[in-house]
Amino acid sequence: MVRARKAASKPRSSGSFRDYRDVVVTAPVTVPYVRHSIRGAHWFVARALSRLLEESGLEKPDVDGLSVGSFTLAPDTAIGLTQHLGVTLRWLDHIPLGGACGIVALRRALAAVQGGDAEVVACIGADTNHVDSFRQSLGSFSVFARDAVFPYGSGGPNASFAFLTAYYMRTYGATREDFGKLCIAQRDNALAYPHALFKKQLSMEQYLEARLISDPIRLFDCVMPCAGAEGFLVMSRRRAEALGLPYAIVRSTCERHNAFPEDPIQIRGGWVLDRDHLYGAAGVEPGDIDFVETYDDYPVMSVIQIEDLGFCAKGEGAEFIRRHSFTTDGSFPLNTSGGQLSVGQAGCAAGFLGLVESIRQLTGRNLARAVPHARFGLAVGFGMITYDRGLCSGAAVLGRADA
Amino acid sequence: MTAPLARPRRKNPVLRTPQPLLPPWARSRAALGLTAAAALGRFELQVCERCAAVQYPPREACHRCLCDALVWREQSGAGALLATTIVHHSHDLYFRERVPWRLGLVQLDAGPTVLAHLVAGCAPAPSRVWIGARLDKSGQGVLLAFPTEEVPNMADDRELREMSCDPKYRKVLVTDGKTRVGQATVRALIDAGADLVWVGYAEPWKKFPGFAELEALPQATLVPLDVTDSRSVKEVAAEIGGKVDILVNTAEMHRAHGIASRSGVDVARSEMDVNYFGLLRLAQEFGPVMRSRGADGPASATAWVNVLSIYALTNYPPQGTFSASKAAAFSLSQCLRAEMRAGGVRVINVFPGPLDDEWNQSVPPPKLSPEALAKSIVKALQDGVEDAYPGDVAQEWLARFRESPKTLERELSAAGG
Repeated sequence: MVRARKAASKPRSSGSFRDYRDVVVTAPVTVPYVRHSIRGAHWFVARALSRLLEESGLEKPDVDGLSVGSFTLAPDTAIGLTQHLGVTLRWLDHIPLGGACGIVALRRALAAVQGGDAEVVACIGADTNHVDSFRQSLGSFSVFARDAVFPYGSGGPNASFAFLTAYYMRTYGATREDFGKLCIAQRDNALAYPHALFKKQLSMEQYLEARLISDPIRLFDCVMPCAGAEGFLVMSRRRAEALGLPYAIVRSTCERHNAFPEDPIQIRGGWVLDRDHLYGAAGVEPGDIDFVETYDDYPVMSVIQIEDLGFCAKGEGAEFIRRHSFTTDGSFPLNTSGGQLSVGQAGCAAGFLGLVESIRQLTGRNLARAVPHARFGLAVGFGMITYDRGLCSGAAVLGRADA
Repeated sequence: MTAPLARPRRKNPVLRTPQPLLPPWARSRAALGLTAAAALGRFELQVCERCAAVQYPPREACHRCLCDALVWREQSGAGALLATTIVHHSHDLYFRERVPWRLGLVQLDAGPTVLAHLVAGCAPAPSRVWIGARLDKSGQGVLLAFPTEEVPNMADDRELREMSCDPKYRKVLVTDGKTRVGQATVRALIDAGADLVWVGYAEPWKKFPGFAELEALPQATLVPLDVTDSRSVKEVAAEIGGKVDILVNTAEMHRAHGIASRSGVDVARSEMDVNYFGLLRLAQEFGPVMRSRGADGPASATAWVNVLSIYALTNYPPQGTFSASKAAAFSLSQCLRAEMRAGGVRVINVFPGPLDDEWNQSVPPPKLSPEALAKSIVKALQDGVEDAYPGDVAQEWLARFRESPKTLERELSAAGG
């Protein structure tokens, strides 16, 4: 990105911020996505754990902590997995927070390792997708959705985000072309990423003329539900170095639930409350970030995250899009593996996608095209539309081992 | 603006009748309060007794002060339309058949943001609208955003018509046209745009007052029908059952007696035979076929109306056996409602107070005129409510009943038997 580099010289904010200097993230893994799978969620968790062991050279008994995000394990929760997978643990977490579960898993795992509750925590987001599972999940997603959303056209999240997209466009003058620019750039990024489900270039005309889903949202504004898994390990820096594992550091994280409940429509998320803390604790400014992995369930959410995380002011998202390019070699590399919009949304794995890609970018273990000279990456989580808005927001500033 | 509904074409009998599908039905217990109010045509939300915060979606505790005393209170519904969408792709079979479907996101002046079906004619967002509650095809309460001022042909709006049981262009059976209530109902339905009204009359060998006037109505067709005769009901159902979109059961046997003032059960049995078994016979013969036609085009089968009595709620001792027969019919109507739900056909109960007729000669006014009762039946259909209590007496009894059934029982016992 075009800006002065001053991250190293800026002192970190003091106060109650958690200092993560002794703990690291490593071993980014992906269980390749498929549109539909006949396997259960347990299969995807097992494959992810297996890959984490392969990637790290650890044995099963070395992993003493497990954090799982999954919608489709039911009736099991994480505890059922311990027996299913034959692991004996001293720290276990199940994080039913959808698109925020990756960031939250990271935060809790870092704290667990720092606090001595676990030495190696496997963080996994995994979901299966049978032919009818997405439809079935909608009506039972939450009490509020069942009572006050699903009976209204049953459009799912597409309809909810259509309101927000329409509202944003009308209020701030964004156009379909603005959103299209993000989607097209992400597709371009995805063409280099082997696990992306979408393998064809997307043109502006295709984007604009795509099938109407819920006005003004069209097909390519929507993610494709699929099956897959993502994971990473959290351990002490010493352990990672002893194992010879390339790792990324965590400069700071944040998490917020049900921010701004009085806003009549979700034009901002909890990041607004947390960004000063986030950058302060990280000792960086938005200008120091080399790439951003937004939670891109809809392009309007990427725009809102870009604004709320301080890259431009509220309402200036469209202007920001027009000013920047978003491919890995662009002025603002965004969703460098393609994001959910081009990779697919594998349930809770979507909450891990950006984190796992960030770790890859910062450890030089790229599957997608590398962002040149990347030192800092920002991964964002957002999730759980139980009624009219996503309730969870989170973010993490990750850095290269030497950053 | 809504384009007026075109008169539906004659049905092609060769084509398959679409199976009725229902919109999502599942609700939490808390949310059924919305349904309970919508069944009466009211829009109510939970309000916190302690801090007065208005709640939506329905919940178990106040979102502001955590108080659990949330009471359902009527809302003005005034609000601002924040954004709209048109759903083109739905995950539900019912809506899948009905897209494109308009929705609006509305911030109520009372506070909460609600998702609502959007009636045509609302100005583009941002604009003022008002929210009302209706029952949808599944019989559950839903919210609709309406334009602040009535627009032409609003009742013909496709989404609104799914929630109402409008008689316009529909074929109706009024089971007894011999009474003044029956005749007023036939006229009111025709005035409301009913396509055709079959008018039942028992004992066809006897002419009755008003017969000639009914016969002269081009939309009315008289059919011999005796609800106390299973065979008669079966024959009429075989002939027209597959075409009846709305059935209004006006057949009633009304005598003014308690228990001690008569000996024997003959009169009480006659009352039961018409008021209770009559309904049961009609329900057995017409219910299943109407239920199967709940999605049969723009003039599908849509409603079943029972003319009950406010005495169905609590016994009125001077008319004790009549009250009992209406209470039995009321109970049976709840069974019928549960069974008709599968077809999206609404069962509407009308609970009038005493009518201004010969059997209420000794009852003091106010008494309900047959015309007012007929009007309330049509209005209940147009509004798509489940329960209607026309007239001042019915409204007052209902209020007393809702406050304390036992108190009302004591008050009525003063009237003697």
